[in-house]
Order: sequence, then C-alpha cells, then structure tokens
Amino acid sequence: MKIIHSDVLVVGGGLAGQRVALAVKRRGLEPSILSLVPAKRSHSVAAQGGMQASLANCFKGEGDNEDVHFEDTVRGSDWGCDQRVARMFAHIAPKAIRELAAWGVAWNRVRGGDHEVVINGQRLTLTERADAHGLITARDFGGTRKWRTCYTSDGTGHAMLYTLSDQVIAASIPVHERQEALALIHDGYRCHGAVVRDLITGELSAHLARATVVASGGYGRIYGISTNALINEGMGAALALETGVARLGNMEAVQFHPTAIVPTGILVTEGCRGDGGVLRDVDGHRFMPDYEPEKKDLASRDVVSRRMAEHMRAGKGVASAYGEHLWLDITQLGAAHIDKNLREVKDICRYFLGIDPARDFIPVRPTQHYSMGGIRTDYRGESQWLTGLFSCGEAACWDLHGFNRLGGNSVAETVVAGMLVGEYVADFCESGLGEQEISTALAREFVERERHSLESLVTRPGRENAVELRRRMERIMTDKVGLFRNGPDLDSAVAELAELLARSGDVGVNGNSGGSLGANPELVLAYRLPRMLKVALTVAMGARDRTESRGAHFREDHPARNDRDWLNRTLACWREGDTLPTLEYEELDVPTMELPPGFRGYGAKNIIDHPDTAPRQAEVDEMRAAKLDRYAAQSYLMSFKQFLPLKYRGRNERLDEPLP
Amino acid sequence: MTASRTLTFQIFRHNPRDPGSEPGVRDYQVEETPGMTLFIALTRIREEIDPGLSFDFVCRAGVCGSCAMLINGRPGLACRSLTKDLPAVIRLLPLPGFELIADLSVNTGKWMRAMSERLQTWVHTASEVNPNEIEVGMDPDLAEAVYELDRCIECGCCVAACGTALMRPDFVGAVGLNKLARFRLDPRDDRGDAEYYQLIGDDSGIFGCMSLLGCQDVCPKELSLQTQIAFMRRAMARQGL
Repeated sequence: MKIIHSDVLVVGGGLAGQRVALAVKRRGLEPSILSLVPAKRSHSVAAQGGMQASLANCFKGEGDNEDVHFEDTVRGSDWGCDQRVARMFAHIAPKAIRELAAWGVAWNRVRGGDHEVVINGQRLTLTERADAHGLITARDFGGTRKWRTCYTSDGTGHAMLYTLSDQVIAASIPVHERQEALALIHDGYRCHGAVVRDLITGELSAHLARATVVASGGYGRIYGISTNALINEGMGAALALETGVARLGNMEAVQFHPTAIVPTGILVTEGCRGDGGVLRDVDGHRFMPDYEPEKKDLASRDVVSRRMAEHMRAGKGVASAYGEHLWLDITQLGAAHIDKNLREVKDICRYFLGIDPARDFIPVRPTQHYSMGGIRTDYRGESQWLTGLFSCGEAACWDLHGFNRLGGNSVAETVVAGMLVGEYVADFCESGLGEQEISTALAREFVERERHSLESLVTRPGRENAVELRRRMERIMTDKVGLFRNGPDLDSAVAELAELLARSGDVGVNGNSGGSLGANPELVLAYRLPRMLKVALTVAMGARDRTESRGAHFREDHPARNDRDWLNRTLACWREGDTLPTLEYEELDVPTMELPPGFRGYGAKNIIDHPDTAPRQAEVDEMRAAKLDRYAAQSYLMSFKQFLPLKYRGRNERLDEPLP
Repeated sequence: MTASRTLTFQIFRHNPRDPGSEPGVRDYQVEETPGMTLFIALTRIREEIDPGLSFDFVCRAGVCGSCAMLINGRPGLACRSLTKDLPAVIRLLPLPGFELIADLSVNTGKWMRAMSERLQTWVHTASEVNPNEIEVGMDPDLAEAVYELDRCIECGCCVAACGTALMRPDFVGAVGLNKLARFRLDPRDDRGDAEYYQLIGDDSGIFGCMSLLGCQDVCPKELSLQTQIAFMRRAMARQGL
C-alpha cells in the first residue's frame, strides 16, 4: 500500500485550498494539495464580477468600512449567518485584497477626476478624489450599501487564482493533480487523512496528515442546470457525511443566481447590473422597480431571482425553445465599457449565443449558483465532531453566508478563510492534539474498503443505468427543491431520492470501458452517484423540515421568516447503515448578536419575531445612543478580535482612517 | 436552423496505460440539435454510446482552459465550438505536444506547472507587504495592460500550433513568453531584463521562435502573442549584445 505523508492534506486546489496551503507552509509545515483537475482550472477561475472588501477608495465607496460590510453580510444572510464569523471576515477582507495586490493581481484602479457611469438608467458623472488615483477601485453589487466589489474586469477569479497558484508554485507546494479523495481515514474521533484515487492510473493510496482540510467547493451539480463547473458535485460534503460523525450545516441553503444564460446555464456576472444593466420582460419593460422600488435590479440575489420567477409566472416571460426567460439589457453601458469591464460576458454572448451584448438583450433566468451549506465547522474551520478535519471556502459552513450569500462575498471568503483557517490549522498541528498517531492498519482498512467497493462495481452485473439515475436526481432537485418550495413536493423529493439511492447500489460498470479500474469515466460516475444522492438527500430533507422562509430557502406554504422557531442552523449527519440522514438543529444566540434580527427591506414585512430580539435591540440602541467611536461600540456589542490570529488583529488603513 | 444534420464524429481512442488498447479512430453518429457545442455532443456520446470515452471539460464556458483539442486539425476549445460552424464530419484528436492520458484527455496541467517552475512565473519582490496599510498605487492604464496579458488560460493551444514546440520539446511556447512579458510589464516584479535573459535567452526560449505565429492564430483569448514575442525578442537581443 502506497502511503504519502504530509503535515496538512488539502483536498481541493481552488482559491481556498491553495491559500490554506500557503498559510501553513509559511508556518513551517509541509502541506500537500489534492486536485481533481489542474489547480488553475478549479471553479474559482470562473468568478467574474469581483471581491468585496471595504477599501473605501472610490467615490461611491466613501464612508465604507468593516461595520457596513458586516451589516450588509448579516442582512444578506437573512440573519442566518454566524455574526462572529461575519465580523472576522469583514475585518480580514481588506488585508486579503492588499496581499493579493502585492502578489500581482492587477486590480482595476481608481482614475482621479470625472468619469461617466450609468446608475438606475441614468448617465451621471462622478468625480473621483485625486488622492485615491491609482488605488484599487470597486463596482456596485447587489445588497450592498457601498460600491465595495473590487475587480479585474470581469475575470476576477481568474486573476486571483493564477496569482495564488503561482505563489503556491513559488513555495514549492506539491499539487497532486487529477487525484480524488474517496474517503476520509478516521477512527470516529480523529481524522487522519484520506484514501486517494489517481484518476489517470486508478491507483489507490493513503494520504496521511496531522490535519485534513476539505476545500473542494460546492454541490451545485446535483441540480440539472447550474452555473457551476462540472466538478462541483459535492464530493467534499460527501466525504464528511460518510464519516458518520461529521455534520453538514444548512444544506438546504442553495442560491439561485438571477442571470445565467439560457439554455446552457453559463453565468453572466452581477457586475452587469452593478455597472448599470437592467432586467426587462417580454414587453421590454423594466420590471424590478415595480417589485422592489428601492433596490430595484440590485436587490439581494435571492430576492431578484424570486421576483423574476414571479414575473414569469405572471405571463411576462419570453417564450423560447428552452422554456421561458427574461432579458438582461446592458446595451446602455456602451461598447467601450463592455469591451473593457465586461469582456468575458461579451465572449460568452458571442460564443454561446451568437449575439453582441452592446446591441442585443441577453436571455437569462435564475439558475442554481452557490452552496451556502457545507461541512459544519467552528470559526476556526474545524469540525466540532471530528478532530483534525477542517474545511473552508464554499465546501464549508463556518457560517458566513447563512441563507443567502451576497455577490462578491464568495471569492472574498475563499481567501479570507484560507488565511484564517490556515493559521488555526497550523496552531492545531503545533499543539498536542496535532500529533499524528495512526496505525497503518487503520489506513489499510480504509484503502481496502474502497478497493473492494471499486472492484465490485466493475465485476457485478449491474442492472441500473447510472446516467439515467443521475438525470432523475437532477430533475427532482430542479423541479422540487428549487427556487420555490412546498411540503408535498419536498416529501416526494425525499422519497424519490431515497429510492434512487437504493437503486444506485445496483449500478454496474460494464459498458465499452471493459470494466477498467484505470482512467474510466464510467467508473467515476458510478462511484460518485450514491455520494451525490446522499448530499441531495441532506438538501431535500433540510428543505422539507424547515417550515419557514429565510433567504434563498423559500417555502410557498410557509412564507414567513420564523425567528421564533427557526432561528437555527440545520445539521445533517449520516449514521452508518442508515438509509436517510439524521437532522438536528443548532440555535443561534440572539442576546450575543451585534445586529439583532430585523427586516431586510424587501417586499412586505413577514417575520415572526424571536422573543429575545426586542430586549437585545433595546440594549444595542442604548449602546448606539452613547455615541462611542465605532471600534469601541463594536467591541462592546460583540468583541471578536481575541479570536483572530495575532498577526491579523491590526486595524485597516483607509484614506480617511489613518492608522493610529 | 435548417433540417437537422446527422453528425459523424471521428474520435481518437487510446489508453496508453492499458496494454490491450490499440490507438485508433472510432466513428460516432449524433443528431445535431440547436446551439449544440462539442461539449454537448461529446457528453451525449459518452452518455448514450460510449461510457468509457475520456475527455476533459470543467467550466464548459471557455474560461478554464481544460478542453483544448484538435478540431478538424485546428487547436481550439471544444466547449465553445458550435457544431453549426463545423462540417458534418468532425474529426477530434487529442492536443499534440502534451502527454496523452486517454482518448481526448491530455496532461496540460503537468506541462504548465513545469513551465511555471522553470520560468518562475510569479512576482519577485524583496519587500514584505503590510496588509493593514493602504495598497501601493498603480497607474490605472498599466493595471489594465497587465491584466490584458494575464488573461492567458494555459489551455495549450499555442503550444499545439507551434512549429518550434514540435521540434524542441523544451521550448517554453508562446504561453511562457507571454507570461514573462506580463511580469516584465508589472512594476511589482523586481526582475530586470538581465534576469529574464537567464530564463529565456536561448533557443528553448525567445530565440527558438521562428515567427510562424500559429500561436497568435489559435489563441482562444486573442492575446497579442505576436507583439509580446517581438518585444521580448528585442529586449533579450539587447541583453545578449
């Protein structure tokens, strides 16, 4: 049996995984990264519009700071997030972006003086201050009170991922490309690494490490149409789930992005609307102001997506061979702006739709986009149920996004979480808990279990067709666990998925691949399918049992946000031998919230209050009335700096906020 | 769309790690549908005809660089190639110049990592950043110009289309030369032409280019490879004097 040792095994080569690896390497530890694909091809590369960080450099960002970013994030989450994590995140984001700037990301910069912009359909002139010239600029995004989303044209993820990957290469960190973790090696208490399959040769090996970090992205591909890369199949969540002890958090929290093109589901960035684009219906009418007069096209993503679906239900959709859609109109921005700041959008329109977005409307509709749920961890990124298992980025639920993520907060989260979790992982490795004590017998047991299961896949007759079962799963998720949800549909989704899971045990690999255990896509689908179905079941069951509406989780039969009964986080685990996951709930603690639950300001207010909300709000109001400086007030309401690594506790400098 | 066509795909099949595998081309028939891309067609072939067919798609949106292959003899990204722009017989071969994994899947990742290590494609700077402080300013036009060269997706098309790369396996390709042009333009990189000369001042680097410029013709991101190579050659020639 081949055994590979490292200090830290990172599963996933996207932004989060690579930033964790870099952090622990800088602490003198030896990380190694597993990636399904060459690291620079990870899904992080597809992030377009930008990264939120409260730099406050541009005119429309003036007055921005951590407090505003924090509040936008909490509101965006519909109060489902962990406010301590949101605070830590807002504090680190400016540091993360400045670090990336020093490493080479070519962030777009402020140009001092006058420039033209399109806001709410009007052409306006903004004047940028002279002392901001050359600093990192930002664009508008949904659900934010300031222009805070920093960008490199609309290839932000690409620029960040390439810069970070090159830093990883510079640090001589090994990236094991085309290698897939099949199972975590653990004894029920402590995680020791993973069983790994080489996708080129089929060889199995045991990767043992003091700490294992799952940073493998989301689970969007359990849906039929998704903006996600094909590799985002939720295998990280499945790894944790199949330990039988680690928990997944808020799996029912699934985001649908308003503007994916029809029919392929490829994303066009929220930056289109941030830069002044608008949504139009079959009559060419701009309909968002009718529904959301204040935020209009730049309401939070969950809200815009639902309003679009509502508008199509009202008969205002555009009919097409691929079902109904609406239009995204960026023609007003002009060719020069699009050529410079929305060039990926232009390419996508040209190659996949055969249109020019400077002249033509873009056909769009809401499409699965982001997984707020993931492996439940504490603020340090560690599973509370399996020591030595860490997770960060989209794979994790530490829980920055609650029930709805703001645009621009995902790539920001990847690097911020990578910086923080990397430090905590290094602390763990240096502590007594981080000592590695594992018998090779345990590793062998896990490797042999996987070997046996793969061999049985290629030798048994197999009466079920994996492609067919997968299509069925995708259809169920899209139709019954989508944008609008209801009890009867969710009941049947759970029942059908459970049946598919049972049937998936009878899939065989006996097509033209000749039952090869080597490079064989048929085998890969066969072993991933039951794992995907398990993940899908945690989503469907979480959605079925959560009888309220919060953020992206909308129940037509329970439209109110019910803080009284549901201000909590869903936890899912899958006990060995069970046919369904077990759900439990973790309460959110109102009396310690810096921002007590409130109204987000969309549509009509429909909230059942938590009994602790009013008393906590009174305390907060009293505190605000005292008019302390913002740092003192914040620290009084919810101190968080003691949880940060020492090196990251310093304040962030801004043009109007010099360092003390 | 006129009456639908039946497309014939002639696809290279071979797994070099399977002793029983003989390299060859296999034909597949697929009914064309509106808006069909090679990604859609290949997925359909795998799902309905040949579940063992290997190919690489990740983003399927033209940004990750995974799916480059020879499409009727020309290197290109399969995910964004529409079948309506191709004849009814479509021949797909793996990208030349890279290690074959199986069928249409090649190991561009390994090649690119080796190139990055060799050319040290990262910002070299002696100063450690204090991330609490306001970032160092940069001219907005210069930032845009650096991003322009940063848009390479390492798909390998330029290497597959390169006459020099065919003859010299150690040639860094337009991808490598463009990367150094990018860092040379970037004021954050402390390296000067003398250092770059050490990296590419020979026939495996800038002087290996024969100016055939197939790279420029096939680059899916339409990078200005011709211009970058010309600038680099002039700068390196000056160094060599």
